[in-house]
Amino acid sequence: MEERINIIVSGVGGQGNVLASQMMALAGVAAGYGAVEAETFGASQRGGSVMSHVRLYKNNSPGPLIPEGKADVILGFEPMETLRILARYGNPNTKVVVNTRPVYPIGVLAGEQVYPDMTKILESIKQHVAQTYTLNATEIALEAGNPVVANMVMVGAVCGTGVIPIKEEHFLLAMKDYFTDKILDINEKAFRLGMDYITDTITV
Amino acid sequence: MSIANVKLEAPGKKVMLTGNEAVARGAIEAGMKYAASYPGSPTSEVLQILASATSQFGLYAEWSSNEKVASEAAAAASFAGVRSLTILKPDGMNVALDFLTSLAYSGVNAGMVIMVGDDPSAHSSIKEEDSRHLSKLSRLPILEPVNSQEAKDLTTKAFELSEALKLPVVVRLVTRVCHATSLVSLGDTEHIKEPVKAAYTEPILCFPQAHPELEQKIRKIAQWASEQHMWEYLGPKDASSLVIASGPCTLYAKEALEVLGLHNEVAVLSLKMTWPLPEDDLVNLLKDKKEIIFAEEIDPFIEENITSFAAYHAEDLGVFKFYGKRNGYIKSPLGAGIGELNTDIMIDSLAEIKGLGRPDFCGRTANCLGSVGGSLPERDRAFCPGCPHRASYWALKSALALEGNDGFVLGDIGCYAMGRGRTGYYTVKSVHSMGSGIGIAHGFGTLQKFDFTQPIIAVVGDSTFYHAVIPALVNAKHNNGKFLCVILDNSTTAMTGHQPHPGSSLDARGIEVPALNMEEIISGLDINVVVTDPYDINTTRDMVLELLPQPGPKVLILRRECSLVVSKKEKPRRVSVDQEKCVGKDCGCNNLCSRAFGCPANIIDLETGKGRIDEALCVGCGVCASLCPAGAITVEEGV
Repeated sequence: MEERINIIVSGVGGQGNVLASQMMALAGVAAGYGAVEAETFGASQRGGSVMSHVRLYKNNSPGPLIPEGKADVILGFEPMETLRILARYGNPNTKVVVNTRPVYPIGVLAGEQVYPDMTKILESIKQHVAQTYTLNATEIALEAGNPVVANMVMVGAVCGTGVIPIKEEHFLLAMKDYFTDKILDINEKAFRLGMDYITDTITV
Repeated sequence: MSIANVKLEAPGKKVMLTGNEAVARGAIEAGMKYAASYPGSPTSEVLQILASATSQFGLYAEWSSNEKVASEAAAAASFAGVRSLTILKPDGMNVALDFLTSLAYSGVNAGMVIMVGDDPSAHSSIKEEDSRHLSKLSRLPILEPVNSQEAKDLTTKAFELSEALKLPVVVRLVTRVCHATSLVSLGDTEHIKEPVKAAYTEPILCFPQAHPELEQKIRKIAQWASEQHMWEYLGPKDASSLVIASGPCTLYAKEALEVLGLHNEVAVLSLKMTWPLPEDDLVNLLKDKKEIIFAEEIDPFIEENITSFAAYHAEDLGVFKFYGKRNGYIKSPLGAGIGELNTDIMIDSLAEIKGLGRPDFCGRTANCLGSVGGSLPERDRAFCPGCPHRASYWALKSALALEGNDGFVLGDIGCYAMGRGRTGYYTVKSVHSMGSGIGIAHGFGTLQKFDFTQPIIAVVGDSTFYHAVIPALVNAKHNNGKFLCVILDNSTTAMTGHQPHPGSSLDARGIEVPALNMEEIISGLDINVVVTDPYDINTTRDMVLELLPQPGPKVLILRRECSLVVSKKEKPRRVSVDQEKCVGKDCGCNNLCSRAFGCPANIIDLETGKGRIDEALCVGCGVCASLCPAGAITVEEGV
């Protein structure tokens, strides 16, 4: 068991990344870690950049915010936001799982800002960190039946990569605790699709 | 994180709770039976949780029409012998302040706790206000928890203290405690199931003669803080340097000291009660210290109280070297006292104070932006897809442009405050407090004597209407202020997470209640009131033009349910762009839908230059279809 694991979930308001970070924390607790999870919500729901911090620990509970350069894992729901977080919180040992589907800021849609070249974003991420896993979580979520469960596809993908020492069974336990029966199925399905996709990628 | 965990009857079980949930749980465990609040981030969830637990724990919970009424209602419960809680953010505490300053004088009976959620960095506020000044001004003691466990424990303690001293007690959280989740050990809820009998017993008066007794109480509380050890000393006893911290800053300071390798030479004093100070203990705690460093959010509040305390005890304590916000040692990149603290800020500050270099995080990946030009476009906040406010501002802006006499729009806080930015076409020109746009509009609207001729519009939300607008309209009617009040009625308190208000047909507990009718209230003031659908931009624009020249105040209600609520319950209509009809870049509109309308669902196909709809985001409002000059956007019903 590691002393401390720092995970950042980044994305855009409305992508369900807060729920994903809560799931990481709950799965961590199910696996026997202590956990602190911090997020901002309220105004940031309205299309702004959103990040939450999850800190798993063995003994001493740390504060809610991860210091710069200290992210062990970045779970990126949006490519540009992932790079933004990497610049501030990453280090050469960081592991990144990133959803490749862009969400354009309204300034980009209005033609006033330019969204960086996608290939360059992904290349830069790969260049600067230890491991990078990419997937189109939104597309995989459609396979599960609804684009809103892309967040659980991402959580499944993290589990599949093995970048954090939390097993599938712990995630399933956390999900069972958290979701009502009505929506548990689709979330579990999304989780498995994400996990399988990554496992297949790694095997290939 | 999970309301179910707050309600668990499993003493000793450890569960993940947010600070907000932990306060709710602490109140329940303390036998609190009456809660009243008005929604405000970062504390909105507390009353929501309590309202959902009313039958299980025999509670009463209400969303009041504003914070002053909420505090008064909670105080009444306390007067009647029922432990009570009111939940505020600093803006709400301002509203309640007139009552709270009097309440300290009259005192309370059963324990009454005021939870305040300060918002350093103003994540979901329009200003950074430190409520501790207001609590001190009101002569109310302040407890500050570090994390969720302490939020629960200190809430329970606050009820005991309040009841013992007959004075309300403030529990002050910051956003990073309210919205952070950590493990909490649950207490017993069996003992609180006894029925409570409420009764009025004696007069409850505020009068100046109560002042000496109040000051006596404050001195007793300072002693109590010492007796109860409302502080925690961490690190070496003989350290000559001490960080005095409150709330999560305790954890930031601890981690920063570890990172810098200073944890064996610098100690941390975490204050749980930050006003009044535990003065008896402080004399001992500060003895032999040479350097004192302050770590707190937002203002140098502890810093000012401790430095003043130290000055009075200089004979015993000697002279300290202080490092805080006042002399600029503890500061965020924006300056001292601006923005929340974190471990990085504490690392930088402590490194500077101790003459160390900042540890080399050259492992950092800061240069990963090099290949994309060194920086990334920021994300402007935007109204949600289908938000009626976007359509409303389009109509208001169009109407004022057509009217042609430099008309302008005043506003206030809520989702629609974003009308001051891109997503609302920079329409809103003033934002202050709840309903203040109406008072300001009235002021402008009575300047005719001074050759003022510009048309005035003030926007408010529906929840705001009940909170603060009615008295302003009464004033405008009486004094004949000429302006148009536009109520952006989305049938909910949207910004804070969709709480009901007096115009709703369900109360906080989900029980059916008669909904107030705002048209009748306004008509009752003999003010002309018209209702239109903001999605119908042309009708709305024409109605604004018709109402503006009329004398005195008048009201236009733009009524459409919040699209976030609608998107959860209705299958949306399908909106699409006919790729043959859309002329794209060559159209005179120059991609009006994606460029100007500003809905995140109106995207542009970068290859063809033509408009498209992002179906994952679109909720099917169809407003963009009514704007497209080529008629290329189609709306398919009942998909």
